[in-house]
This record gives sequence, structure tokens and C-alpha cells, in this order.
Amino acid sequence: MIEIKRLTKRFGKKPVVDDVTVTIEPGTITSFIGPNGAGKSTLLSMVSRLLDADTGEVLLDSRNVKQWKSSEFAKRVSILRQSNFINVRLTVRELVSFGRYPYSKGRLTEEDHQFVDQAIEYMNLEELEDRFLDELSGGQKQRAFIAMVIAQDTDYILLDEPLNNLDMKHSVQIMKILRKLVDELGRTVVIVLHDINFASVYSDRIVALKDGKVVKNGPTHEIINTKVLREIYDMDIPVQEQNGCRICVYFKSGA
Amino acid sequence: MRGNSSKLIFLGALAIICILLYGFYDIKGGFDYAFPRRMIRVAAMVITGIAIAYSTVVFQTITRNRILTPSVMGLDSMYEVVQTLIYFFAGSVSVWVLNKYLNFGASLAAMVIFSLLLYRFLFRADKHPIYLLLLIGMILGTLLGSLVTFLQVLIDPLEYLSLQNRLFANFMNIKTELLFIASAILLCAFIYGYLIMDKLDVMSLGRENSINLGIDYDRMVMNILILSSVLIATSTALVGPITFFGLIVANLSYQYLVTYKHSILVLGASLISVIALVGGQFLVEHIFELRTTLSVIINFVGGIYFIYLLLKESRAAG
Repeated sequence: MIEIKRLTKRFGKKPVVDDVTVTIEPGTITSFIGPNGAGKSTLLSMVSRLLDADTGEVLLDSRNVKQWKSSEFAKRVSILRQSNFINVRLTVRELVSFGRYPYSKGRLTEEDHQFVDQAIEYMNLEELEDRFLDELSGGQKQRAFIAMVIAQDTDYILLDEPLNNLDMKHSVQIMKILRKLVDELGRTVVIVLHDINFASVYSDRIVALKDGKVVKNGPTHEIINTKVLREIYDMDIPVQEQNGCRICVYFKSGA
Repeated sequence: MRGNSSKLIFLGALAIICILLYGFYDIKGGFDYAFPRRMIRVAAMVITGIAIAYSTVVFQTITRNRILTPSVMGLDSMYEVVQTLIYFFAGSVSVWVLNKYLNFGASLAAMVIFSLLLYRFLFRADKHPIYLLLLIGMILGTLLGSLVTFLQVLIDPLEYLSLQNRLFANFMNIKTELLFIASAILLCAFIYGYLIMDKLDVMSLGRENSINLGIDYDRMVMNILILSSVLIATSTALVGPITFFGLIVANLSYQYLVTYKHSILVLGASLISVIALVGGQFLVEHIFELRTTLSVIINFVGGIYFIYLLLKESRAAG
């Protein structure tokens, strides 16, 4: 279980994440939503050790993230950030194989190859596995990176806006795969999302942030309604139910 | 993979041919005299070649930039400062110049302390990216360079000529004992360098991916910066400044061996630098008959290659 306790991060004087306490429920998709600059990505960076918190702590299985050995932590929690510029020429398969590094330190065993094969299959990358990353489209590249994280075989998968720059088809594809990871393999996914409708349709729980503070934290159905959304986004957003999905129709809302 | 191993064998064979050619060419009469002396030079060229190749490749990995060399951190300038100060204050016949150990020790110490101070005070990878450190290193390098020029115009012209000889890489008169000391330092550095090869592969994916995969990235960057400083400082103190040359061998290695694996890239770059140094020294001694120095040739070829790289990168960016 990941517990975030009274976490604060300041850039200069301004607190970007302000006294945040959240517990991530295992076996769920938890979405972090909120307006730009709410501190979603910063919060995720601190949970995944990319950034040090000023005060407060993050616990994985009741142990402070900072006390975990880097290589052991990497077997439990993985993180994928939004920008993944790589200036080395790698094939898709080579990239995915890096996901096994915490286990085999670069010398892949038979078991590692199986994990890599499975991850490639999971992300439908079989036909692309020998292509170089710089020959791929944005969506294909994103899938390759997610495959690396899947090959890493961690209980917790943290993703920072994985749908950025993806078209509708690929966004839906990726969200469905994340759903499958949770439902079939029992993983826990924490995801920063910009599109509130993806959060509404695919996540189990939503943590809404605004100005670095948690405004709402609860099951999806408690968050996706006009009243709560008004608190988060300062907008009147009508919510319509369609085939059991709650869709926020925010395109013409008055602020 | 298969292609790469045959390429490495080819480079290895070429390096051995260069070494044999250098060792045995035109060796009339005094074999017992000339051969060991030549082999000392070859040994110096091999270890400095590997040191430069290794430090440049890893420096480019952590800065994620293929047209930088560790010389931007101002180590070469620091060497020039030490030498110039010695000539300025003590003169060319002082013990600081004539005693090679003292000179070697002073240069080495100054360069290592300089880089340790720089990293100690400036480097916080989580706070600001490595580019701030590079920028400050570059500015300090220029500052030291100007200081050197200022002192050099004040020096007696004859002393200056003698100083100038020290500011170019020179393999001609290397003390065997110094070579042993330098080899011992470099060997330790190489062993550590070899042990972190697999980490370097991961680090070429950048900070965030490295941390995700369980690398203690910020500490590793610090270690690698120190490691490459030690490598550069030792080889510079031994033969004079030749870092520029790392740019050529590292990039030739990337182009020739298409891989992300540092074990292969570093091996390739090392072999290329042995070929360039030993082959180049052969040209200098037997074709140009010592009328020019190896650094002039390397800087000439390197300069042309650098312009080519810049043009290529700008085309790739545009």
C-alpha cells in the first residue's frame, strides 16, 4: 500500500503541493485530476522518488520511500513521465528489455525474455519490435514505453499523462490495457489525467487537486457530478449518463 | 551484434598493426636501445587513449550530448594554469619543471581538486540540471584561459617557448616511473569504470527512466564526473592536453558501432583512439620527421570533424 502523508513541496516560496495526505487503494485505478498547475505531476514525482519532498513522507508498505533500496523499490513501483526524449538508437525490443534491469542488471535470463515477450504482446507491438524508436509515431512510442513499464512487473504503475499527444483510438487502447492490468493481473495504477472523461469512465477512484491541495478524494461516482466539479474547476459542467458512463460535457460551460 | 563483434576484431587488428608498425619500422642497429623506448611510448598512448575514450563516452552519456567533451569543465585550462604559474614564478630551470614527479603531482592535484570543488559546491542534480554545472565549468575555463594568456605575455620569450612545449600533448619523452604511477591510477579507474557499464546503458535513457529502473542516478552522475576527471587529469598530467581528440573517437565509435551498449562503444572508442594515437605518432616520427606534433595533426583532423558534426546536427535539428 502507498500512503502519502502530509506531503509538501515548494518551488521558491510558493507551495506547489501543500500538505497532501492520500492513501492509494491497492488493486484500483486512481486518477489524479485538477486544473493546470494543481500539483498533480509534482505529487506523482515525489511518490516515485524523482523529486524530494520538503516535508511529509511517502510510505510503501509502511516504509519510507527514501529508506527503500533503489533497486528493490524499482521492483515494486514504476513510473513513466510524459516526456521521453531518448538520443540513443534503440529498438522497441531493446527498450522493453530495459524494464528487466532491476532484476537482471542487463544480463537477461530466459525468464526475463518471457516477460519482455509478454509485455510486447500485451501492447500489440509484435510487428514493431525490431523497429527503431525514432522511426515510430508518437502513439507507437508511447506504447513501447508502457510495455517497458509492464515488463518491469511492478505492483504499482504510476503514469504521468500517458495520453498526451495520442489520438482517440490510441488513448482508448491504452486506457483499456491499464484496466486489464488492474482487473486481470491485480496491479495498482495511479495516473495523472487531463481528460476528465477518461478519468470518469476508467478509474475506480479520483483524487482531485487544486492549488496543491486535495479538494476531493473518493470513488469516481462521488466526484463526477456538477456540484463537485464546480469546486475543482470553477466551471458549471453538466454531466450526462450514456451507456452507464458519466460524461462531462464541458465544452460550452460558463465559468 | 554479430556485425559489431567483427567490426571490433577489425579495429583490434588495425590497432595491433599500428603498434607493430610503430615498434619495428626502420629500427636499424640499436634495437635494444630503440625498441624499449618505443614500447614505453606505445604504452603511454594506449592508456591515455583508453582514458580519453572512456571519459568522453561516459561524459556524453550523462550530459546526453554528443558534441561535448570533459574538457568543457575547464580541466585543460587548469593544467595550463598550473604550468604557466610554475614558469611564471619559478622559471624553466626550477625544480618544479625539472623534477617530473613534482610537476606531474602538482598538475594532477590541481586538476582533481579543481573538479572536486566544482562538483561539491555546484552539483545538485535534483535541484538544477547538469547544464548549469557545464556552463559554470565553461565560464571558469575561459576565465582561467584568459589568466594564462595574461601571464604568458609577461613571461620572458625564451621561457615561453619552453612552456609552449608543455602545453601540447607530447609522447616523446615520458618517464617510465611516471608511466607506472599513471597506469596504476588509471587501472583503478578502469576497474570501477568497467563495473558500472550496465548502469551507464540505463543512464542513457535519462534521469527519470534511470531512477524508475532503480539507478541511484544523482549519485552515479557525481561518481562518473569524478571518475572522468581523474582519467583526464592523469592522462593530461602525463602527456599534456589531448581531450579534444575524445570527441572524434567517441563519435566515430557511435557511427561505426550502432548500439547503445557501453561495453561495445567504449571498447570501440578505445581501439580507435589507440589507432589514431599510435598511427598518428608513426606519421609524426617517420613521415613528418618530427617537424610537427601529434596534437597539431589531431587538432587539425578533429577540427574538421567537429565542423562536420555541427553541420550534421543542425541539419538533423532543422
